[in-house]
Amino acid sequence: MMGIKVVFPGPLSTIQDAGRIGFLRAGITSSGVMDQEAYEAANQLVGNQSGEAVIEATLMGPTLEFEEDAIVAVTGADMCPQVDGIGAAMYEPIYIKKGQKLTMQMAVNGCRSYIAVHGGMDVPVVMNSRSTNIKCQIGGLSGRALRAGDRIPVPELTCSKEEIDRILSRKMKKVHYDTNVIIRVIPGPQDDYFTEAGKRTFFNSTYQISVDSDRMGFRLEGPEIENKNGVDIVSDGIAFGAIQVPPSGKPIVLLADRQTTGGYAKIGNLYTGDIPKFVQLKPGDTVRFQKISVEEAQAEWNKK
Amino acid sequence: MTNVKFFPAGDHAMVVEFGSIIAENINQKVHALAGWIEEKQIEGVVELLPTFRSLMIYYDCHVVSFERLKRKVSEFDDTKVSAGAEKKKITKVPCCYGARFGSDLHDMEKILGIDKDEIIRIHSSVCYKIYMLGFLPGFVYLGGLDKRIEVPRLSSPRVKINPGSVGIGGNQTGVYPVASPGGWRLIGGTPLDFYDPDREKPILCNAGEYIRFVPIHIDEYYDIRHLVLKGQYEPEVIYDGN
Repeated sequence: MMGIKVVFPGPLSTIQDAGRIGFLRAGITSSGVMDQEAYEAANQLVGNQSGEAVIEATLMGPTLEFEEDAIVAVTGADMCPQVDGIGAAMYEPIYIKKGQKLTMQMAVNGCRSYIAVHGGMDVPVVMNSRSTNIKCQIGGLSGRALRAGDRIPVPELTCSKEEIDRILSRKMKKVHYDTNVIIRVIPGPQDDYFTEAGKRTFFNSTYQISVDSDRMGFRLEGPEIENKNGVDIVSDGIAFGAIQVPPSGKPIVLLADRQTTGGYAKIGNLYTGDIPKFVQLKPGDTVRFQKISVEEAQAEWNKK
Repeated sequence: MTNVKFFPAGDHAMVVEFGSIIAENINQKVHALAGWIEEKQIEGVVELLPTFRSLMIYYDCHVVSFERLKRKVSEFDDTKVSAGAEKKKITKVPCCYGARFGSDLHDMEKILGIDKDEIIRIHSSVCYKIYMLGFLPGFVYLGGLDKRIEVPRLSSPRVKINPGSVGIGGNQTGVYPVASPGGWRLIGGTPLDFYDPDREKPILCNAGEYIRFVPIHIDEYYDIRHLVLKGQYEPEVIYDGN
């Protein structure tokens, strides 16, 4: 088994896959990648089956040293990947030779990068998934973010020369992330807790991503949303992309590492197809919300 | 079904709501519907999350639309669900009240005007229903706390509460499964792990079941804790058919 050595981890790099299914009722959230599209692209580019674990880097990418030859792809946010100091393409498989280093910088576009390796990352499957859940201390490497000195086990590259050439011929269009986006929102389950004026505020205002934003949720700065008689509810489930409005009136969008249940009214939920561009926003970037019905959202999603 | 509301929670989850309050008969319906869906194996259903008064159904909308799932779920007959009809599974949870675990017991005596032995007697004489798990891994939301020992949360939450701490906050009681900040008043500690990711079953008890606290001496606490750490302690489980 070959390994990838973490020389520099970046501020928050974790091993993630498509998420942990089946343990919400135990209080264990899904975790998994924030940007499903960039994640799937990375796995496809290196010839992995969908569902393999990757590294998700936040704001600034890691420096990784490869113990053996590997095929790697970097997608999502542009953190200017380089191999031994020479610029490497994004959304294209990169052949990295034994002993070479992949370095990444601060994101110049987007917020989260995905690094996939042919063969996937061979960390233990815990409760159906390799995703790191820091709060529950499971998945990834010992349930925590990557640290300098870590070694991530990766299967050795055993494909034939032809197979390698075939993989290396792949290419995808690089995704550009805007810093000011429109995101579609399906109202509910508790949109009736808010006044008409409150709902108008939500759908007609520009909100800014606060610095207090992470994989659990994005806090938004902007006009306060007026409620009718408070926002306390008897706790119920929180889906990926739920928009909860606490008593402050400032919305919080709950994401991959969200708590499974919560006691504040939820005005709506992000349309799944718009989640990738939302989670690529950085603190200071802005968003406006647009109403969409569940029927329209599902029709749109099924066209994908 | 009667008086049931269906709400979208985005395009991949649905909330089936049986009521807006915490009540045993409502929660019973939530768990009964979850059981019914699992038995029916409704196509496209990915995961179920039962909560106090509603069921969240995660589903794949490529397979089943909101409207179609709503129609399917509506076939469930909730009129046959009656509280207490099923055998209760009760896990006995040893709890060392007071000592170094119950740092708020003294204040509670003053607030409630009941001495601590009585608080302990009341707290350990009830079978608590696990309405749901949430907030933290293995965190149980329990119903059934005696009104006489309801007590407001701390005005300023503690930064760190040790795993196994047993507390009361408002009309709720429960156990902190992992180290966490929290505002509940602490009355005791259990040597059991409500969450252990390395155990075959990471969660000690499931929603829909019951727990009962059994007062133990601090010596027993350490004896049991020792066995728990070696993976040699099985909590006592009893079944009560009413």
